[in-house]
Amino acid sequence: MDKLDRVFRALADAGRRTLLDQLRADNGQTLTELCEHLDMSRQAVTKHLRLLEDAGLVVVVWRGREKLHYLNPVPIHEMAERWIGKFERHRLRALSDLKKRLEGKGDDRSD
Amino acid sequence: MTAATKPKFVYVTYISSTPENVFNALTDPEMTKQYWVRHRNASDWKPGSEWRHEDYDDPSLVDIVGTVVERTPPKTLVITWAFPADKGNAAKTSRVRFDVEPWRSVVRLTVTHDELEPGGPMLKGVSSGWPLILSSLKTLLESGRPLAGTSTRMTEPPK
Repeated sequence: MDKLDRVFRALADAGRRTLLDQLRADNGQTLTELCEHLDMSRQAVTKHLRLLEDAGLVVVVWRGREKLHYLNPVPIHEMAERWIGKFERHRLRALSDLKKRLEGKGDDRSD
Repeated sequence: MTAATKPKFVYVTYISSTPENVFNALTDPEMTKQYWVRHRNASDWKPGSEWRHEDYDDPSLVDIVGTVVERTPPKTLVITWAFPADKGNAAKTSRVRFDVEPWRSVVRLTVTHDELEPGGPMLKGVSSGWPLILSSLKTLLESGRPLAGTSTRMTEPPK
């Protein structure tokens, strides 16, 4: 499978997006920590994490015997760059800032 | 990284290039000016030496300063990282580690940024800055051209 296909496939699932949200809120969590916040079985989380790792969206760092999971947004950036042109980035950012302000969101995440 | 702390950000990108080229691109001013918003990283790169992230055209505009902790070409570069106003302030000094490793037929570049002040301004800048710079570095090394918009300054220099 193409690298871009893996990124799209990994993102095409609400549960996996929630996992990424969890890491965005608190980067570097263990499997156990991730399971505490999610309404999913440990097996399901493990499976989702593997897909996210394959897509490069989650990076694993070992600290002793602990496996820590990190959100790696670089592939999402690379994907966006494919369709965002040179002069569009600033306009898109301005639009997104405006949307956030109007919707009263302090955080730059939108679901 | 000590046992008590964990890195705040870990970024990975896979680049179709050689470890030497990737490692060199981190500090070569002619490369950084293209993908790192018209900046260069100036130092003699000896452990203990100072380094400065400065404007390519006007080196008096310094955005980041720090110390070279470790440099092992073409594998590892570790530097400290602070705003010039916070120089010498341990609480406001973070640490960046670049690891360059061959991975299958390409190169895996890992950037680990930790010891960031919780809730500080650096934390915010870091999380939006690295993905852009790293994807532009990848594009430059693979295609010879950086990503659009990363060859010029994006923000006003600090006053």
